[in-house]
Amino acid sequence: MATETGQLAPIADRGGAAQPLLTVRGLTKHFPVRGGFLSRRKTVRAVDGVSFVVAKGETVGIVGESGCGKSTTARLLMHLMNRDSGDILYDGMTVGSELALVDLRRGMQMVFQDSYASLNPRLTLEQSIAFGPKVHGLGEKPARALARELLGKVGLRPDIFAGRYPHEISGGQRQRVNIARALALSPRLVILDEAVSALDKSVEAQVLNLLAELRREFGLTYIFISHDLDVVRYISDRVLVMYLGEIVELGPVDALWDRPAHPYTRALLDAMPSTDPDRRTAAAPLAGDPPSPIDPPSACRFHTRCPFAEAICSTVAPELSQLDSSGHQAACHMATPRSGHSRAPGAPPPAG
Amino acid sequence: MSSVVSEIGSPSAAGEGARGYWSTVARRLSRDPVSVICAVILLAILLSAIFAPWLGLADPYQGSMIRRLKPVGTPHYPLGSDELGRDMLARLIYGGRLSLLTGILPVCLAFAAGTSLGILAGYAGGKVNTAVMRTVDVFYAFPSVLLAIAISGALGAGIVNSIASLTIVFIPQITRVAESVTIAVRGRDYVDAARASGAGPLTIMRVHVLGNVLGPIFVYATGLISVSMILASGLSFLGLGTRPPEPEWGLMLNTLRTAIYTNPVVAALPGAMIFAVSICFNLLSDGLRSAMDIRE
Repeated sequence: MATETGQLAPIADRGGAAQPLLTVRGLTKHFPVRGGFLSRRKTVRAVDGVSFVVAKGETVGIVGESGCGKSTTARLLMHLMNRDSGDILYDGMTVGSELALVDLRRGMQMVFQDSYASLNPRLTLEQSIAFGPKVHGLGEKPARALARELLGKVGLRPDIFAGRYPHEISGGQRQRVNIARALALSPRLVILDEAVSALDKSVEAQVLNLLAELRREFGLTYIFISHDLDVVRYISDRVLVMYLGEIVELGPVDALWDRPAHPYTRALLDAMPSTDPDRRTAAAPLAGDPPSPIDPPSACRFHTRCPFAEAICSTVAPELSQLDSSGHQAACHMATPRSGHSRAPGAPPPAG
Repeated sequence: MSSVVSEIGSPSAAGEGARGYWSTVARRLSRDPVSVICAVILLAILLSAIFAPWLGLADPYQGSMIRRLKPVGTPHYPLGSDELGRDMLARLIYGGRLSLLTGILPVCLAFAAGTSLGILAGYAGGKVNTAVMRTVDVFYAFPSVLLAIAISGALGAGIVNSIASLTIVFIPQITRVAESVTIAVRGRDYVDAARASGAGPLTIMRVHVLGNVLGPIFVYATGLISVSMILASGLSFLGLGTRPPEPEWGLMLNTLRTAIYTNPVVAALPGAMIFAVSICFNLLSDGLRSAMDIRE
């Protein structure tokens, strides 16, 4: 840090390294949708009982098809929309009582997917970055100095870029500015919501490397939301797989990739295009679109598309169950001992 | 490109304000010949109205019973004389003072009030939005001419009252435009990013919403100036606005209407002024709209 004077102090660490930076319990958000005239009100179960923890310094990837609730989860975590139920603890502190919302804003920041829409077209890049620190009481001059310093940190020369407007720079450069804007409040947790998805592959790689560097330099924790499995594997330590508003599998990235336990995860991984000709498949691993999150399928939400679905899958909702000691969990009857599914561990071999 | 870089290198370039977007708009507007011509005409009319007493014109109130309804081109009466023998040129230029005032002032007042209400309703949403917008809808139930006449009639004749009534007529229209553009801007990610940085609603409205909604509202309001002038002229014509012998284009149109068969050119002159100013404001507003359409 060249200029320590103009800097917001990060939220102090409380619980030590063992305390998760973020604890989410039973996070739920349902959107009511109006049906036709006089018809029953329906609800979109965008996020339904999602629980996970994010340890200090790790990168947690969240993957899933579009519409599975990834972005809603991000907005709920950022308190940009109100949750219906569930707890969000930041470093063990309940937001709203032990930790004021305005202080949480400094501890947790977000980078949005659309680099153009997330920058105010009437503000220079410097003004956009300096806005947050000024809101939190930093003076005009130190805020500008901080903005210029951060532009340098994300690889944009401040003397060239500080006075420019968002439409004058490229998508990759804009996303760097968005990252700088998020870092301006000295957050410890940064949520990256499809932050590199709209970029060219080469630019994407540069931004990913930048994110990795910044994580080392500032000791950041990331929640990395993406539909691009290669990118998630590259950057994440642990991965959550979401399907229709629920977590179906989570675990360390290598365990999940090598031993996917949920048929949905398997299908996602199979759907990845491979550069190895021997691994190429012509058949689509999953048929059809995901069902509508408006009144989703009962019990296991994947049973309508699952090749292994049995009676139990449409009657009993599977719980996340531990697969091994690494924290690898899956919500599938086939992974749960004695669940009643014929392929469950410990089940009697199928007759015949 | 190099000029951009050198400009940005200078310390003043990073300063707040109008440079950038609005200077780009001004530069684009200045390249549009139609807008430039309209702006020049409007400026000429505006300046001549403001500086009318120093232009060496005849007294606009001084009539002459023996020189009534002289045609255009009469010596000492370059644009003829009206039904009381007053110099038409002087009266048309002096008339611009009240006519432009009643055209521009109500729109400015309604712009300030309507923009505030619209941004408030659009950003707050929910019950605030319902309260503001349903009230606005009540005013929409009446055609604007009828509404202006009704309010003017209730308040009584006079220049202040007609400005007030026109302001009330325009507030709902501007509020509605302001609300819809605010709702569009509110959904943009940069507003969410500002909320995520902990800024309060007033700061977000001031820094992030206002700058992005002002443009479209401004274009719409420019278009209303001509409507306002025509409505104000209408009010004067009906006797609800300016009173004789004040020179005002709408009122002049009224008093000269009896001369339409004897001296049609002179009788049409006030109408021509209203027409010229309205069409210039409309074309300028069109030019502004396309000049501001830089991106998106």
